[in-house]
Amino acid sequence: MATLLAPEDFSPGEDAMALNKAFEGWGTDEKNIIWILGHRNADQRKQIRLAYQEIYLEDLIKKLKYELSGDLERAVCHWILDPVEREAVLAYESIIRNYRPDYRVILETALMKSAEELLTVKRTYQFLYKRSLEEDVASHTSGDMRKFLVAVVSVYRYEGEEIEEEVAHSEANILGDEIQGGGGCGGGGALNGAEEIIRILSTRSRPQLLATFNYYKRIHGTSITKSLDGDPADEFSAALRAAIQCIKNPKRYLQKVVHNSINRLGTEEDALSRVIVTRAEKDLKEMKDVYLKKNGRSLEDAVASETTGDYKAFLLTLLGNQDYF
Amino acid sequence: MAQRKITILVGRGKKLNKEGEKIMTSPEECEALRKAFTGPHGVEEKSMLEILVKWNRADLTAFRKKSPDIFSDDECCFEKWDSSHMKFLQNEFLRFQRAVIQRTMHPWERDALLVRKSLEEKPPLYNLLIELACTRTSDEFLGARKAFQCLYSESVEEFVAVRVDGFQRSLLVALVSTYRYEGMRIDEAAIKLECQKLGRAIKTDQNNEIEKDDEVLRILTTRSKHHLKTIHKCYKEAYDSNLEEDLDGIQILRDTVNCLCAPPIYFSKILNTAMSVCPTEQEIEALTRVIVTRTDVDMKDIAAEFNREYGAPLIERIEAAALGNYRDFLVALVKRGMAN
Repeated sequence: MATLLAPEDFSPGEDAMALNKAFEGWGTDEKNIIWILGHRNADQRKQIRLAYQEIYLEDLIKKLKYELSGDLERAVCHWILDPVEREAVLAYESIIRNYRPDYRVILETALMKSAEELLTVKRTYQFLYKRSLEEDVASHTSGDMRKFLVAVVSVYRYEGEEIEEEVAHSEANILGDEIQGGGGCGGGGALNGAEEIIRILSTRSRPQLLATFNYYKRIHGTSITKSLDGDPADEFSAALRAAIQCIKNPKRYLQKVVHNSINRLGTEEDALSRVIVTRAEKDLKEMKDVYLKKNGRSLEDAVASETTGDYKAFLLTLLGNQDYF
Repeated sequence: MAQRKITILVGRGKKLNKEGEKIMTSPEECEALRKAFTGPHGVEEKSMLEILVKWNRADLTAFRKKSPDIFSDDECCFEKWDSSHMKFLQNEFLRFQRAVIQRTMHPWERDALLVRKSLEEKPPLYNLLIELACTRTSDEFLGARKAFQCLYSESVEEFVAVRVDGFQRSLLVALVSTYRYEGMRIDEAAIKLECQKLGRAIKTDQNNEIEKDDEVLRILTTRSKHHLKTIHKCYKEAYDSNLEEDLDGIQILRDTVNCLCAPPIYFSKILNTAMSVCPTEQEIEALTRVIVTRTDVDMKDIAAEFNREYGAPLIERIEAAALGNYRDFLVALVKRGMAN
């Protein structure tokens, strides 16, 4: 369920004018911007953008980029986008902006949606950037990481519920051979080639993969992610683990992303913003419950104690916190 | 009382056989019926109908006796039809039927069935899979992928990945998965760089191992068609040879480049092979597939390329090689495609 609180009655024109007022003068009235935009759903935000363009002949996003700065600016400018556009923009930024693409963003983009939804994001990406997502991921990665990420982003996965038990069993064995054949049982060793892992993870349907992971645990006595635990500097193994966690339990995976980002603030605001902004209208409520269970404190408390200023206010607003104002 | 059976000449050109029946076969009719039975591109229904209705039993016996390659009476006391020829003929009768079905079927279903066939045949038909993945638009092939899931309850990616190994898997799975940008925007700097990468990879390749080159694979399996066509042009200018010719050692890379950069060249080559001296059944079926699938797309270009490369109009070659309804159907489709 969503955590966003948005009124049913609203006037895009009035909001546009109020935003413009917030931009006027020497400073910027961030609090008002957060109050308005933090309480509008996707459809309402779209109408506000259109109204602002009509009244002031300016792109609201450009204006926000100019008037805001830092973590708040990035979060708000992502928030205001239409959800599909946002996914495409986040993917693009993760590939192009850093010296190395953030594989977590690519995996979240590819694995946390249906085949049709991923296709829509890819079409939007092509429309915005005049290139395919596949070619950008490919040209900015190399080796096994490239093979894996491109495959995961390209696939149009079968979405039926059928499972072939024999195939799940045999592929659990194949995975075991590749993972444990390199350095002995229990992980810690390098992979014995990655062809089959990439094939299985990037082509099989989700129900089929869940069955395979279950067989893996039964056969090898340990979960597949534990088997892949190893050198933290080994990014490829980390990416495989992240993908498997994402497939097994998306909410728990995202909760972990948030937890890690809070512990590493100073370097990970992007991850925190990304999760909250992209899930506020979807299932952030369930994620909050998982967070509380796993960490013993609420996500709002964690955000309130680890972030500051208007950035904090914005995140708390999206988390559904009414008290802050 | 034993009857003496005599062969008598009755009238001009008419004979009687031992039983006293008239034999009406003319050498021309025999030849026409033999041609109708021999294929390999369909059957001549019209002449079959006329001749077989006209002939009597004596004529048929005479025909069978004159065709020892089809009928043999070595082991039996009658002219027995060779069973492999009967199978062959059955197949030829079905050629028109298959063309009709392919033409009428939804293109997505048709392509999904062809994808399935490409890897279920022994040996597998990699060039067919490459043709499907590379000559259709991104949305057309996506439709085929959806149809495949509907028909077989698994994705094309799963299907291909499990049946192919090694570098062929890397290439083929990537080709069937990618959703290429179909627009015209290109990055000149990237094209120059990638042209150089391809050139270097090809020139330094000692053991035909270029298929293991990640960059070659990346460029061919992710870049847009317009981008690749521009690289092809750039390569020709830089190295004075065609990219696909330099990839000659590895057929599937060569087919990939042809299908992506110049489909009419690829298609006219297959058509020529289909109508050459001793084509395999797979090569012959390509005649149906290419004409039926391209009549609404680029038949004009294919016909022009065919004429240019093989010195004869495509329609003429089909009229000489194919028979009956099958021939008429193909010729009509080619004419239609050229008029569009």
